[in-house]
Amino acid sequence: MLSPEERQEIEAEFGHYPDKRALSIDAMKVVQKRRGWVSDEALKDIAELLEMPAGELDSVATFYNLIFRKPVGRHVIMVCDSVSCWIMGYDRLRDHLMSRLGIRMGETTPDGRFTLLPIVCLGTCDHAPALMVDDDLHRDLDPDKIDSILEGYK
Amino acid sequence: MEKVLTKDVPADGSALDVRGYEQAGGYQGLRKALKLTPKEVVEVVKQSGLRGRGGAGFPTGMKWSFVPVGKDAPHPKYLCANADEMEPGTFKDRLLMESTPHQLIEGMICAAYAIEADVAYIFLRGEYILSAERLRKALAEAYANHYLGKNILGSGYSLEMHLHLSGGRYMCGEETGLLNALEGKRANPRTKPPFPQVSGLFGKPTIVQNIETLCNVHHIINHGPDWFKGLSKSADSGTKIYGASGKVKHPGLWELPMGTTIREILEEHAGGMKEGLRFRGLLPGGASTDFLVEEHLDVKMDFTEVQKAGSRMGTGTMIVLDDRTCPVGMVKNLEHFFAQESCGWCTPCWSGLSWAEKMLQSIEDGQGQETDLERLAFICKFAAPGNTFCALAPGAVEPLQSALKYFREDFERHIHEKRCPWR
Repeated sequence: MLSPEERQEIEAEFGHYPDKRALSIDAMKVVQKRRGWVSDEALKDIAELLEMPAGELDSVATFYNLIFRKPVGRHVIMVCDSVSCWIMGYDRLRDHLMSRLGIRMGETTPDGRFTLLPIVCLGTCDHAPALMVDDDLHRDLDPDKIDSILEGYK
Repeated sequence: MEKVLTKDVPADGSALDVRGYEQAGGYQGLRKALKLTPKEVVEVVKQSGLRGRGGAGFPTGMKWSFVPVGKDAPHPKYLCANADEMEPGTFKDRLLMESTPHQLIEGMICAAYAIEADVAYIFLRGEYILSAERLRKALAEAYANHYLGKNILGSGYSLEMHLHLSGGRYMCGEETGLLNALEGKRANPRTKPPFPQVSGLFGKPTIVQNIETLCNVHHIINHGPDWFKGLSKSADSGTKIYGASGKVKHPGLWELPMGTTIREILEEHAGGMKEGLRFRGLLPGGASTDFLVEEHLDVKMDFTEVQKAGSRMGTGTMIVLDDRTCPVGMVKNLEHFFAQESCGWCTPCWSGLSWAEKMLQSIEDGQGQETDLERLAFICKFAAPGNTFCALAPGAVEPLQSALKYFREDFERHIHEKRCPWR
């Protein structure tokens, strides 16, 4: 069941589009913001609200990088793996993160604190390499800076 | 040298609010535009020679002139600002949205007025959190000050504008992929014709335009087409926000006259290569442009001249390759991106690009064969314009085909030495 707040936040945008299903990504983001990911159950509830088949909504969900169809940790680390960050030391950054967290890309730490994911160019190439933790952008990184950044996310 | 788009960017990294923007002369272009007829606005933009800053360089005024106008035109009509800045190595639109969100809004209102649009959307990357925050605030201010909504500044013209956050996929930056994404679908490209100007968003006439392009519109109306042409050092009009990333001394963005040479951007503004490194080549305008090398340093960065040199200006933000970075590794990184971001709609793209990525990986790992280079060249032809549904795959093979030309001996060394010489 969608909570009254989730439903309200999605319905508030209905007037912006001539077709409810234009909100498919927005609606999944509303749910994801509160629950961390989009479960099968949530997917069905959203599809019903938007008057579209759940299978079709799932095909949208799995197309986009920022919609999670599996549970993630409390914090999601997205490391830019595109060209400018790669030139400026993405590999070292990634290796450091993996060994520090004890997980590979795409995995979540056993304590559920962090999920580690690659992301495409974050558009901050003059401050490469860069990553995001949740909504925060961190730039001009080197492996030495990683530990103190991670400390900020409990 | 006159700056236009970045003149009022606050030095402290903040955003100009509506009052600050008005004090800097903001919304004067809109007031002028609303006194002209929509047709006259299109004509002024046509005369200015403004070309799209998203990469393709299509003449903006001409694009607008394809939209049906007048009593019999279908409504609602739409304007979509393409703020899905996802071309690797490109970071110019972020600056404009974070610093001067009202500049984008003013440009959009003028463009929407020119095509008599009823609704405008800003299609923004989901990862651009700060841009979203500042655009939301600016939109609320614009509504409160009667720049948006019903009867804008008493002109009789009405426009609604909404911010739409993307779910994240490179294909959303492609014109028709963006329209599908805005409709809540997968961002697959659409068949053209019909062109979006006639049948676009929700089947209605639509213009999709890059952020930097839109930010120019009201300045052109305010100061005239001749002024705009005079800003440039070349046949293409206006200024351009250029950028550089990679191992240069001072990576960054600079608004300069259109047609500034690559050498000036690289040496004077980016400060040249970092200590001890040598320049080997660059992608002039994002990941999907052909490499240029030393012999091209005096090429003017505009649509026409870069094309003559065998590449494209693209977004104008260059990615620099140095001599301590492996060119094969760099191209492998690029093809990984394109293979991953392919929407899977047509075979040369989904099959060709992942094949290219695998071959490049095996060359990097020291397992490449001499015949791989012929196969890579074949994929470049296989994915060329005309063989694919949209511009993703042809763009994807541009850095590959040019790397095979300029860095061939580096590929061969990998194959002969059975290892990456840079590792």
